[in-house]
Amino acid sequence: MSEQTVSRPAGASRSASAPSRPATARRRGSVVKWVLVAALLGFLLVFPLYFDEFWLRTGFAVFGAAIGAIGLNLLVGTTGQLSLAHAFFLAVGAVSYTYISGESGGLGTRAGIEGLGLPPVVGMVVGVLLAGLAGLVFSPIAARLRGIYLGVASLGLVFIGVHVINTWTPVTGGFNGRAAPEFSLFGFTFGNSDPQLFVLGVPFREAERLWYLGLVLALAAYVFARNLLRSRPGRALQTLRDSEVAASVMGVNVQAHKARVFLVSSMYAGLSGVLYALSIGSIAPESFTLVVSIQYLAMIVLGGLGSVGGAALGALFVTALPLLFQQYADVLPLVSAPGQGGISAGFAARFLYGAAIILIVLFEPAGLAGIAQRLTSRFRRGRAPARGGVATPPPEQPGSAPTPSDRPAQGSDTR
Amino acid sequence: MTQFLSLLLNGLSLGAIYALIALGFVIIFKASEVVSFTHGSLLLLGAYSIARLSGTLGFLGAVLVGLVITALAAFVVERFIINRLRGAPVISLAIVTIGVDIILLTELIRRIGPDILNVPHPWGGQSVRIGGIGITQNRLVAMVVAGILIVLFFVAFKYSSWGVAMRASAEDGETAALMGIRQGRVSALAWVVAGVLAGVAALFLVGSPTPGVSSAVYATALRAFPAAILGGLDSTGGALVGGLLIGVAESLAAGYQENLLFLGRGFGEVVPYVVMIAVLLVRPSGLFGTKELTRV
Repeated sequence: MSEQTVSRPAGASRSASAPSRPATARRRGSVVKWVLVAALLGFLLVFPLYFDEFWLRTGFAVFGAAIGAIGLNLLVGTTGQLSLAHAFFLAVGAVSYTYISGESGGLGTRAGIEGLGLPPVVGMVVGVLLAGLAGLVFSPIAARLRGIYLGVASLGLVFIGVHVINTWTPVTGGFNGRAAPEFSLFGFTFGNSDPQLFVLGVPFREAERLWYLGLVLALAAYVFARNLLRSRPGRALQTLRDSEVAASVMGVNVQAHKARVFLVSSMYAGLSGVLYALSIGSIAPESFTLVVSIQYLAMIVLGGLGSVGGAALGALFVTALPLLFQQYADVLPLVSAPGQGGISAGFAARFLYGAAIILIVLFEPAGLAGIAQRLTSRFRRGRAPARGGVATPPPEQPGSAPTPSDRPAQGSDTR
Repeated sequence: MTQFLSLLLNGLSLGAIYALIALGFVIIFKASEVVSFTHGSLLLLGAYSIARLSGTLGFLGAVLVGLVITALAAFVVERFIINRLRGAPVISLAIVTIGVDIILLTELIRRIGPDILNVPHPWGGQSVRIGGIGITQNRLVAMVVAGILIVLFFVAFKYSSWGVAMRASAEDGETAALMGIRQGRVSALAWVVAGVLAGVAALFLVGSPTPGVSSAVYATALRAFPAAILGGLDSTGGALVGGLLIGVAESLAAGYQENLLFLGRGFGEVVPYVVMIAVLLVRPSGLFGTKELTRV
């Protein structure tokens, strides 16, 4: 995750300093970067061969959450539109998937439940599209609202969404929820068997298969978002965040761009919702409450607003933490299994990320991505002490060393 | 007709409670430019303290200490977090209050658990009938107390030096500071007042017809957010109107639920948000909010 923050000051200073940076340093930096990326990818690829089901399930949940967080970050971090409606768009994706690919009817409580029984791929694609459509429908409202009004208005969508899930039983399963169908791709099921599969002697069951599905989708989501941010529309969105007036003067169509970023962000949320349904195996109203929206907000704040890699890191932190606490409840101090006096795993995790949000906003607004970037830039500069204040340090700015002459401060990188 | 009047009266009393919460929300926004998502859990903190202390301190003592605790919590949040972030973007400020909310709410829910704590209101759970219109005594007292507090607040806001200082710094912070108005103090006081208002609202929100203090009170408190928003975030009068509007709408939707069954059971709880979105569609800054102008 050595990619740079795209938050404006850091990004601006980087592009400004790039030409003056000596080629050797640049080459060393990019080699280190590629080695790190390759190592991370390799690790993720062989992960299922060495770790058991718990880790794989946690990993799949993290991949799903990372996709949602990247989407929310495009909206909140990059474009500056505070949205608490993310849980709603997740719900649209998850519900559409279960309805389109689920089977009708059944025994007992499932009697009133309907489903179209189409292939899961269709369910996933249509789920993503419908979530995008929901975002597009909401965007005219969103485009009229500024800043904080949007935050609270989007809060309303979450409550309306939960109400609909509770009420619309044939589609959503109502209060008790319904099971999500197993995923399959052109005849290859992501279940425990059919076909039996062994790789290097390791049985590939549901968890292993889903891991790779999640990995591929999360990587695609990551690459798409990064490319988007570096493209013309991406720059437009960042300008929009900094000043709507300036953006429109520069020829950016404010309303259209807001609508588009809502569309993209909700499509991300829809995909994340589908993966969530797959990872839990069912959907229920309590999976899409305000708490979920706030969790996603926590992810992107912790990771660093505007940073794609940061969003993924934040997703890892917020999603994996409660699961880890649960798994190691007896080892950790203060944390205990439910009903044993101590703080239960879910609560402990919430305390931790609540505190983390406050600390990050107070002391490191660029989030984990900011910290990571400072570390890598220190490494690249030959362990020269990193300078810069707390807020968005300009780590690669050669001018951070005093330069008496008006020449560009060449060589300050190779100290 | 009696049913309608009864629902209207009950809605107004609920709306008066919402108005208290929304008013706190609005003065915090005016004084420190923060949209405080902490408000829901502050209210729950007040309700929880009153319920827990009323066994040892008696009702009146518990209410007083509960209000102090709520106000103190609001003060601490302002002093140690918000005050340090002066001038930060509105979104960062909102997010940091969400962080505080997560911690406070988690702790309160952990303590309350699945229980419903009872608050022994001296006026009990009986209802009274006024010309065939039924309303619980609790709601009646709530309406009177909220009315008095709101009038007191508006008088103070208009004439007291604190009110003048606050309106001045909301109007133009820099000029107010140059005139010798201490903004830190204004903002801290606003948070304290908002905390007290939330505490009073909590006291009545957990009385009949609500069963008592449970984690569900938080969801009720959240419905004051649409009240503040649809009135206009920077308008105190708007908070009052918004609160009453939301209260009446919710009460009517719950009362005529049988006729609205196609919208599903429990639609009353969603109505505040529907009303809010509808109003925002027509007036993006709420009913009485200042329109944001863009100057080049």
